[in-house]
Amino acid sequence: MLLQGATIRSAAWAAAGEGLEKRKLRLGFVPLIDAAPLVIAKERGFFRRHGLEVTLSREVSWANVRDNLAAGVLDAAQMLAPMPLASTLGVGARAVPMLTALSLDLNGNAITVSADLYRRMREVDPAAVARRPVSAAALAQVIEEDRRAGRRPLVFAVVFPFSAHNYELRYWLATGGVDPERDVEMRIVPPSLMAEKLEEGSIDGYCVGEPWNEYAVYLGLGRTVATSYEIWNNSPEKVLGVTRGWAERHPATHRALIRALIDAARWIDRPENRLETVHLLAAESYVDAPVEAIVRALRGGARTPDADALMATGSSVFYRFAATFPWRSHAVWFVSQMLRWGQIERPLDVAALVDAVYRPDVYREAADELGVPAPLADMKREGEHDGPWLLDAATQPIAMGPDRFLDGRVFDPHDPSAYLAGFPIHAARVSFDELARCGS
Amino acid sequence: MREPEPGRLRVLIVDRTIDRSHALREALEREGYVVVTPSAEHFDLLRSVRELEPDVVIIDMDAPERDMLEDSRRIFEEQPRPIVMFVDESDGESIRAAVHAGVASYVVKGASAERVRPVLEVAIARFREFQALKTELAEARSSLAERKLIERAKGILMERRGCSEDDAYRALRHMAMSRNQRLIEVARNVIELAKLI
Repeated sequence: MLLQGATIRSAAWAAAGEGLEKRKLRLGFVPLIDAAPLVIAKERGFFRRHGLEVTLSREVSWANVRDNLAAGVLDAAQMLAPMPLASTLGVGARAVPMLTALSLDLNGNAITVSADLYRRMREVDPAAVARRPVSAAALAQVIEEDRRAGRRPLVFAVVFPFSAHNYELRYWLATGGVDPERDVEMRIVPPSLMAEKLEEGSIDGYCVGEPWNEYAVYLGLGRTVATSYEIWNNSPEKVLGVTRGWAERHPATHRALIRALIDAARWIDRPENRLETVHLLAAESYVDAPVEAIVRALRGGARTPDADALMATGSSVFYRFAATFPWRSHAVWFVSQMLRWGQIERPLDVAALVDAVYRPDVYREAADELGVPAPLADMKREGEHDGPWLLDAATQPIAMGPDRFLDGRVFDPHDPSAYLAGFPIHAARVSFDELARCGS
Repeated sequence: MREPEPGRLRVLIVDRTIDRSHALREALEREGYVVVTPSAEHFDLLRSVRELEPDVVIIDMDAPERDMLEDSRRIFEEQPRPIVMFVDESDGESIRAAVHAGVASYVVKGASAERVRPVLEVAIARFREFQALKTELAEARSSLAERKLIERAKGILMERRGCSEDDAYRALRHMAMSRNQRLIEVARNVIELAKLI
């Protein structure tokens, strides 16, 4: 019955393909595990089913993704979740208004330190290193030792200034008492070069998406000390980004794209489809890593022996837990971290920015056309749930995962300035009082 | 930014395609440029920019290293440098994108030095204009912000001491002179203190 329903719907969409403003699309992706929804939508025919002819364009850097999207070379792209916000604000580059109406996945990053740094952390604080996740308090002691001995500061790398990786690494460091601005040096290194740089010793640790943690562990170059899941359970990672101008000119195409990618995400999240996902990702140079590293990353790998347990927790979640929904509370959290670490230099109306860039309203239209449940609220308090919970405020109730932060803090998206004022370690350039006044 | 000697511009090339970067290097050196290349074993772009002090960076648009130049707070505040994109001749769309991407990026097609020179010169000139504009804007913004703070400090003094606006301003100036501080620092102190008391 269900299958028949889907067939009837897809026939309707093929006909509705006529109504699309544009059918041939060029989508940008970066060779990472979480390009999976784009790859699967193409390889398994979900784009076609929704009337789209898609070419996937492999991009080597996030800067290229942003610039090619801004220039109209790409219609849409896999982006780091904070990128559409940064691009709209014009921090880090020329301002180009962008938006997202679809989240591509939750989780999937981890922090890995070099084998040598791991050994030193274990020596100074065996208890902190024995715990999961490893506490950065052990790192603080190593840093203190280095300072007394006059050694160079440790260098940590992330993939892009406006990335969940950057904020997750900084959150982990600061929770353990390490000030990312004063106590270590922070660098930008592309994902595929992380392991190489760790090996040559030019960096001591990094936060990156899979498979590049599994890859370093697999080669014995480093040890993973915390996953993004452990820093913030089911935290947002990548989104589908488009320019505001493109979205305004192609509303029907945009929704078709979202429907195809929700279909793909739902398909990938079924455990029985993971193996095929791995093989499709490893093929055609979608991801340049050994199949073993991809398998381990998608199964949760060596971090816990029980792969099933990790399927439920640490590895990328593509559909379950409303993973595709663009929560505005996620966006407010990213803006709060841009403020916390001084990336935003002037007070701004956070809610106005977030409302323009994160578009749950567009998502709901697409979800409704597809007949899948969607949350009714745009925001939720983050960090309140230790375990599974049921989201009743949805078109149909949705089973949700935990959303706890490493330090147990709760994030109220309606009051980012109060949240920010609670962190002793920060590098903010905007006064939180002034920020609070901007929103009112 | 160090003033470059005319005709002796220092160019940093970031390109893993050895043949291409070699050809470009030779061509640029013939044209009188000083070409610097980062050492292979420590391919750390930020450090290269710091140590080699190039006037312009030429980077292969297909190099994943491009993101290393994205740390705007470090590179563009600490060591602002124009960046020239280096793309394949056939790649028309990327060229359009790079040009579109803004003032700090430009494009070199192929490796012929005659064509590289004007692009480099235009890139550097446009970059300087952009930097000047940015500095001007930043100064205008901060002086506006500073004026607002001084106004607030005056307001606090007027309220607390029940004095006139002129007297409040004189009091601020007196504090600044006697403490050898800038007026804006005194204003900040007054505002901070007012929050405590």
